[in-house]
Parts: sequence; structure tokens; C-alpha cells
Amino acid sequence: MNKIMTQKNKNDNRKTPPIPDRPADESTVSLLRELVAHLRENRSKLREEWARRITESQLLTAMTRGEILAEATSVYDNYVEALETGTYEALQAYSRNLSERIIPRGVETHEVIGIVLLLRDVLARSLFAKYRGDFDKLNRILDAYEPAANRIANTVAVGFVQERERIIREQQEAIRELSTPVLQVRERLLILPMIGIIDPQRARQMTEQLLHAIRNNRAKVVVMDITGVAAMDSTVANHLVQTVDAARLLGATVIVTGLSAEIAQTLVTIGVDLTKIITVGDLQGGIEEAERQLGYKVQQVAPQTT
Amino acid sequence: MRVPILKEGNYLIASIQSSLSDHELLQLMEDLIVQVQRVRAKGVIIDVTVLDIMDSFSTRTLRDIASMIRLRGATTVIVGIQPEVAFAMVQLGLNLGDIYTALDLDEGISLLNSVVGR
Repeated sequence: MNKIMTQKNKNDNRKTPPIPDRPADESTVSLLRELVAHLRENRSKLREEWARRITESQLLTAMTRGEILAEATSVYDNYVEALETGTYEALQAYSRNLSERIIPRGVETHEVIGIVLLLRDVLARSLFAKYRGDFDKLNRILDAYEPAANRIANTVAVGFVQERERIIREQQEAIRELSTPVLQVRERLLILPMIGIIDPQRARQMTEQLLHAIRNNRAKVVVMDITGVAAMDSTVANHLVQTVDAARLLGATVIVTGLSAEIAQTLVTIGVDLTKIITVGDLQGGIEEAERQLGYKVQQVAPQTT
Repeated sequence: MRVPILKEGNYLIASIQSSLSDHELLQLMEDLIVQVQRVRAKGVIIDVTVLDIMDSFSTRTLRDIASMIRLRGATTVIVGIQPEVAFAMVQLGLNLGDIYTALDLDEGISLLNSVVGR
């Protein structure tokens, strides 16, 4: 009775009763061997079925049919191999590699998990079809198959997520390093071009970097250019004031340049007090002002003709 | 331990050697405001390079010292604030008001030269 019910509910609930009378290990190995042989035999049929169902379910829309079939083939082979050998290292490496290729194309986590689960279902169905006549055998085959299949699905999904996190971490790191250069233009004059969105963490890091640069270059004047800052609210403005104050404690003057019309409006509207900060219209003006303060005089001489 | 106060030309240099207790800081204040008149100093430099902490008390005391010295007819420059200290100070909202600050002793002396006019 129980077994019949199992068969009826095969699509959604494939829990099977335990097999009482066999030593689990040995039978699992031989059953898996049989399973692998079956999967090898029907390789192209199952693979195509899988690719078809992926397209049907609107997964991997970023990839073409040909690509899906190609990836499906190698995932399938790796899958069978993992089932056969019971080792997951190769599959893990492959899934990481796959993730690396498909993440830049905008493939989402749910899609990856979706396709692995689809493969599991496709294979399970083919097993149902094959062992339709022999419930006992079907149950034992599924007992061997399910834990391995779940583990594979798990491995691939975790590999994908880990790869994604690694990429995100790397990019954050890169953005952080790229986004706050402190450059020396002249003896004792630094410029700090600020670009993009400034969050508290970035503002903090930028201030620290600037302070160390002031000490290491013995800077007297710093021109902070915020042309590239898209928006400014009171938090960011406060960070700006803090940076200027901290630099002053080290004996350096900060000149802020490139405040856009919108930012100037916002700052006045929200009532941030920037009166203690020297502001100059653009970077050129800021550098000229800094040169004046440092006693530089830039003079144009007749250009050399070569 | 008292903070040694050296005379160099028209300037007094108070070079802090180790972290100071509140009492030692007040002692420094007294020593400075007495000496500044005695040697007819035009400028005072307080070197805080070794301090790795500046709390609200030391900040306020430094501010007070500078105001008192101004009343006694000289200019004060604080030199050698470490980047980490500066950052912590602005985070905590501590400020030194209008006191001159400079990177190190060298800078402090040239700042005084330009302010006091030698």
C-alpha cells in the first residue's frame, strides 16, 4: 500500500520507506553503479529533455539555446561522474568555473538552483519510467540516488553563491582602492579627487588616507575636488567638515572645489554650516589658490618650437 | 614628571615626553604662563607627538593654555598631532578652536615666524 502511494506522489514527495533487509553500503554502491550505467546510456535523451525543460521554465534567459545545451552537457557529465565516484571536488571546481562564466552575464541564484533541481527531477523521472514494474527496486534506487543528488544540488548552489560573494568582495575591494587616490601635484600640495557615492565607511577610510598622506608628504594645502560626487546630504557634508577639521589639526589647509549648483542648493537648504571651509569654484581655481598660499607663481613662457 | 620647557630665540618649546596625567597637564599650563612673560617669548610651541590619546580634558586644557598665552602677549602652536589622534578628535567632536596647528616642530617654528613676524 505504502509503495503504491509513493508512486502516485512521485512528483512532489519522493520519500521512500527504508529498506530493512540489506547491508546499506554494498547495495548502495552497486545500485549507484547501475544508476550511472542507466544515465550514461540515455545521456543524449535526458540531456535534451533537461535543456528543453530549462527553456520551458524560462530559466537562463541570458543564454542562447546552443549555450544552454553545451553547458547542460558538461553539467550532466560532471553530475554523472560525481554520482559514480562519490567525490565532489571535480564538481565543485566545475561549478565554481561555471559560475565565474555565467555571473557576468546576469544569471541569478534562483536560476542556478532551479536548473540543478530540474536535472534532479528529470533524472528521477527517467528512473520512475525505467523501474515502473519493480517498486522494490525503484525504492532502493531512489534511496541511493536521492542523497547523492541532493548533495550535488547543494554543492553546485553553494559553489555559485560562494563565487558570487567572492566576486562582490573583490569588486568592493577594487572600488575602495581605486576610489580614493591622494595625489601630490606640487611640493606640499595634495589633491584628493572624490568620485561616486560617499558612505560613512568610505568617508572614514578617505579621511584616514588623507591624514597619512598629509604627514608623509608634509603637505600644507590639500585641494579636495568633489566634482564627481553625485549627491550630498547632511551626513556626507558632516564627513566633509570632519575631514577638513582633522586635516587642520595636522597643520594643513583644505580647499574644497567643484561644488555643483545642486549640491550648493541642497547644503544651504538643509542648513549645513560650511562657512569655515574654503571653497573655490573648480579644480583649476583651487590649485591656483593653493599655489598662492604656498607662494608658488606659475608663469607662462613662450612655448618651445621643436 | 614635569614637561621640559626650552627656550629657542623668541620662542618657548614645551616638548611632552610621555602621556600626561591631568595634574601634569595643569602643571604645564602654570609653568608656561609664568615663563612666557619671564623670557618675553613671542611664541609658544607645544609638541604633542608622543600623545596617542587626546581626551576632552586635554583638548580643553590646550585650548585654555592657548587663550591664556594670548592674553600674555604670545602665540601658541600645537605641533605633532598624529593622524589617528586627529581623526579620533573630530569623531568625538573635540576641537582646538582657533589655535594654530602644524605638522611638526619645524613647521611650527616657520608658522610662528610668519605669524609673529620674527
